[in-house]
Amino acid sequence: MAAEAAADPKAALERRLGRRDLLAGVVSVATLVMVRPAVARPSLDAAVALFAGGREVQPGRVRFDIPPLVENGNAVGVAITVDSPMTEADHVKRIALFNEKNPQADMALFHLGPRAGRAAVSTRVRLATSQTVVALAEMSDGSVWSSSANVVVTLAACIEDLL
Amino acid sequence: MRSIVNVPKTARAGEVIEIKTMIAHPMETGYRTGTNGATIPRNIISRFVCTYDGEEVFSAELFPAIAANPLIAFTTVAVQTGTLTFAWTDDSGVTETTTAEITVI
Amino acid sequence: MRLWLRCCLVVYCLQLAAVVMATAEEMPPFEKRSGLEFVSPETRRLQEDDTSNPGMLWVLEGERLWREAVGPTGPACAGCHGEAAASMRGVAARYPLFDSASGRPLDLQGRINLCRSEHQGAPPLAFESQELLALTAFVAHQSRDLPVTAPNDERLSPFIENGRRLYRQRLGQVDLACADCHDERWGERLGGSLIPQAHPTGYPLYRLEWQTVGSLQRRIRNCMIGVRAEPFDFGAPELVELELFLMQRAAGMPIETPAVRP
Repeated sequence: MAAEAAADPKAALERRLGRRDLLAGVVSVATLVMVRPAVARPSLDAAVALFAGGREVQPGRVRFDIPPLVENGNAVGVAITVDSPMTEADHVKRIALFNEKNPQADMALFHLGPRAGRAAVSTRVRLATSQTVVALAEMSDGSVWSSSANVVVTLAACIEDLL
Repeated sequence: MRSIVNVPKTARAGEVIEIKTMIAHPMETGYRTGTNGATIPRNIISRFVCTYDGEEVFSAELFPAIAANPLIAFTTVAVQTGTLTFAWTDDSGVTETTTAEITVI
Repeated sequence: MRLWLRCCLVVYCLQLAAVVMATAEEMPPFEKRSGLEFVSPETRRLQEDDTSNPGMLWVLEGERLWREAVGPTGPACAGCHGEAAASMRGVAARYPLFDSASGRPLDLQGRINLCRSEHQGAPPLAFESQELLALTAFVAHQSRDLPVTAPNDERLSPFIENGRRLYRQRLGQVDLACADCHDERWGERLGGSLIPQAHPTGYPLYRLEWQTVGSLQRRIRNCMIGVRAEPFDFGAPELVELELFLMQRAAGMPIETPAVRP
């Protein structure tokens, strides 16, 4: 097999690709290399400022639960709770998540209101590398509150990439 | 797309209930390269809406940073017996919908 | 010393060595630990909550496929097997089994494909396809929490032996055997990751690295690529023999399908 491969590497590659065709559906052969956007992404501060629309961003009232160390950056559980009575007069309108080092700063934008009863959302996010993540809450009175966390992301020991 | 939604079957009027939703979707970011060096095109669920008897009570805008097979958990007030509808819409505008009934006593 | 006494002594020593070797290869029951004990608390919570375990999406899909008739003439799985919760209970805990027709061990996904071709008039599902993973996950899920039962079939012995040999064989440019990490160094670290004992009890499982559900065969191939060895093809007899050996080694441990691992 090795001798054949040496004699005709193209045929060997075709045989290998042919075998791969047996795998219907998507077997992930994507590498960990990410395409860097041609234009540098907005910084975390810029993304936060854009969300706040010029208003002051105050730390507090937002409880941001995210593990400080994750064993895989593909699925990081986050929970955001905001201290608010969630009444018609005083409630959380939007909760946003931004990051520092992914290709894109935006992660999620949640729209709430008095019907929510509580300002509590959870989801799972992707983190490309160790970085800072920020949770923001915009209130019905226009004020903006924030909480940030630093997360260390470890990678899997063995890559599956065949190439 | 397969989805799992977790809604309590019954609740007291005015009680705040927790809803957990999960849907099967690769959430392809558009930032990965495939074997031939070409970028794998972006394909994500970008919007999630929950309506309660037709009225929107919660929504979310999702970006590529949301993990595959997205889980979204939130709360809503159990106001009346009725139907909760959950709709996930992807980049191309295709929407997947599922419903759950709740009895409010 | 008299000759016969010397012979007895040699035979006795050989038998003792065999016993010591056998028990040294197999894991004593008190030492067996699921991979679940080596993951972060967050990942453990994911597996233990069916409403957040992404693998359950595949189990759900498998349930749909179980009831779906295959093609115009073929019955659905449910057509012969009825309710999976009853008919498939305990099945995954006993596989791989000996298949008389081929004279070889047969794994669960192989059995599903055999059913498709022999009883449903359908072509086999491709390895690692969403349908095969979903059906296998659904069937294996029916044995969740049941203990793995070591096969009591003499016909499987040579294949278990081959699996054991493969498990202890050094591979690849990195020149490591499965046993080097998973028998000798479980609990230690490779890079930033804790090394588990490599039990197959949670497969097919949702791997965070894959962002999808995958089979034991995919995981073993992943390890082989990791040590820079040419991985066995999907469906290769070596992979089935390895699974057979690993299940025997995991005897008594509960099935966890669908597990969640990093």
